[in-house]
Amino acid sequence: MIAFLKRTGGLWIPLVIIAAIAAYPLITGSDSNREAMFSILLAIALASSLNILLGYTGYVSFGHIVFFGVGGYAGLYAVTVLGWNIWMALALGAVVAGLLAFLLGSAILRLRGGYFALATIGVNEAMRALTGNISALGGPIGMDVNFSYYKPFGGPGGMLQFVFWMVVALTTLVVIISFVVKKSKFGLGLLAIREDEDAAEDMGVIAPRAKTWAYVLSALIPGALGVLFFFKNGHIEPGDAFRLSLSIEMIVWVMLGGIGTVLGPVVGAGLYQETRKLLLTNAYLKNIQLAVAGALLLAIVLFVPAGIVGWLRSRNARLRKVLE
Amino acid sequence: MILTVDHVTKQFGGLTAVNDVSLEVEEGMILGLIGPNGAGKTTLFNCITGVFPPTSGDVVFRDERISGARAYTIARKGLARTHQIVRPLNDLTVRENVIVGACYGREGLGLKEGAKVTDEVLEFVGLAARTDELAGKLNVAQKKRLELARALAARPYMLLLDEVLAGLNTTEVTGMIETIRRVRDDGVTILMIEHIMHAVMNLSDRILVLDYGTMIADGTPDEIANDPKVIEAYLGDPDIIDEVTDIDGEAGEESA
Repeated sequence: MIAFLKRTGGLWIPLVIIAAIAAYPLITGSDSNREAMFSILLAIALASSLNILLGYTGYVSFGHIVFFGVGGYAGLYAVTVLGWNIWMALALGAVVAGLLAFLLGSAILRLRGGYFALATIGVNEAMRALTGNISALGGPIGMDVNFSYYKPFGGPGGMLQFVFWMVVALTTLVVIISFVVKKSKFGLGLLAIREDEDAAEDMGVIAPRAKTWAYVLSALIPGALGVLFFFKNGHIEPGDAFRLSLSIEMIVWVMLGGIGTVLGPVVGAGLYQETRKLLLTNAYLKNIQLAVAGALLLAIVLFVPAGIVGWLRSRNARLRKVLE
Repeated sequence: MILTVDHVTKQFGGLTAVNDVSLEVEEGMILGLIGPNGAGKTTLFNCITGVFPPTSGDVVFRDERISGARAYTIARKGLARTHQIVRPLNDLTVRENVIVGACYGREGLGLKEGAKVTDEVLEFVGLAARTDELAGKLNVAQKKRLELARALAARPYMLLLDEVLAGLNTTEVTGMIETIRRVRDDGVTILMIEHIMHAVMNLSDRILVLDYGTMIADGTPDEIANDPKVIEAYLGDPDIIDEVTDIDGEAGEESA
């Protein structure tokens, strides 16, 4: 038991934070708190997913939101056109996103550094243009989720509850995945690729394969989250599904908290979303909230490239043992 | 023969870096590869280890053709290398660096067994006191040892050493020579590029000399030291001639 706790030490802090966020609306019994916590958890789950590629493998995906959007489209198509239940739609969203990452990975993960980042933006913009032109997906108008689809949950209220707890579960899952990956042989190979891809290959790390699986792993949960988000939203359209600014915010969440750490994306996404709420409710600042994200990213890259958790880890050996 | 290089040529555009080189390495021997700067030694290493494929010719390792295979495939077959310009995984600890070698090398160990091998290897190369330090914080001599440790942790049949002695001071050179000899005694065949003449002369069973991409001599250290073609190739640098012709002379002076 003690050995188990020791081995999983770095996992408990992020899990406790997630549990606290999930419990907050329960304790206060407030629906608006639940919606606020929903957006924080969504951000944490997206950031932790991206971190597997960005933080562990060292590949900057600027268009990562493409998996969220593709998952959303697949899920809503399954629910509204094919008449699938939400569980099957969730699985489909994850699988479609994973499949897209697998195919893309084989093609564009050969590019390094800035070229890969540019290619991911291109993919996101291409998907937006593509979905806008497919009439089966509603073209530029998109698709709507009729209220009748919320009946199995006992109406919209029950649906909101269901979606909230699903996001709690997925966020927990993605944090556990990112911890397990980091502690695994596979994860060590990814870290080696991040540090020096050629040296890693010289040591026997099959970089093309490892990178592709990291990409797939970082796409699965965003795909499922897309299904939940747009199902709850009741509507999906190309501009909402493939919003590039959200892609950039994802990178800010990871960088702010601490790139390559398990706890970092949790802290970064949480702090950022709270700050954003303050900005949005301020009469003077609400129009510049994205500018704040940009300025924040600039400041992090210049002054604390390791992020909050990375900075703490570098300060103190004891913290290094607790913060993973 | 554990390694056979058969008429290998490597061209970069109009430049022929390695020109029709053939060599054979017997199991258990230390083969030295020398030659002036730019002679094509590292390029030959890169052709053997799969960094890039040779333009023509074959490389056969343990009765299997490996030319054209990717670097990771060759590494997993038991051919490990060190880099002339050290390439530590800076943000990982010394231990993690070596575990990568152990887990992805010939034996493809799991993390637990890999960690065990790593501890042995770090002890062997003398880095045991630095295990939890970040690799980027090591000094040059330690980084060279880390390169060697990573390669050894893969439990290779054969080791290609690319100037592991360069940049080390006299004491460090002596220590490293001792380590290399012990690696050979453990049954690992070694092909080494080296500029420090007394070290190559002392360690090698046989020496090959490359000049302008072409093999100009192949023989025992004694034969090489007295080969007029070799002396000519090195003429630009009289200090090295002294070293080549005076093997038993003062050791280690040129390492500064």
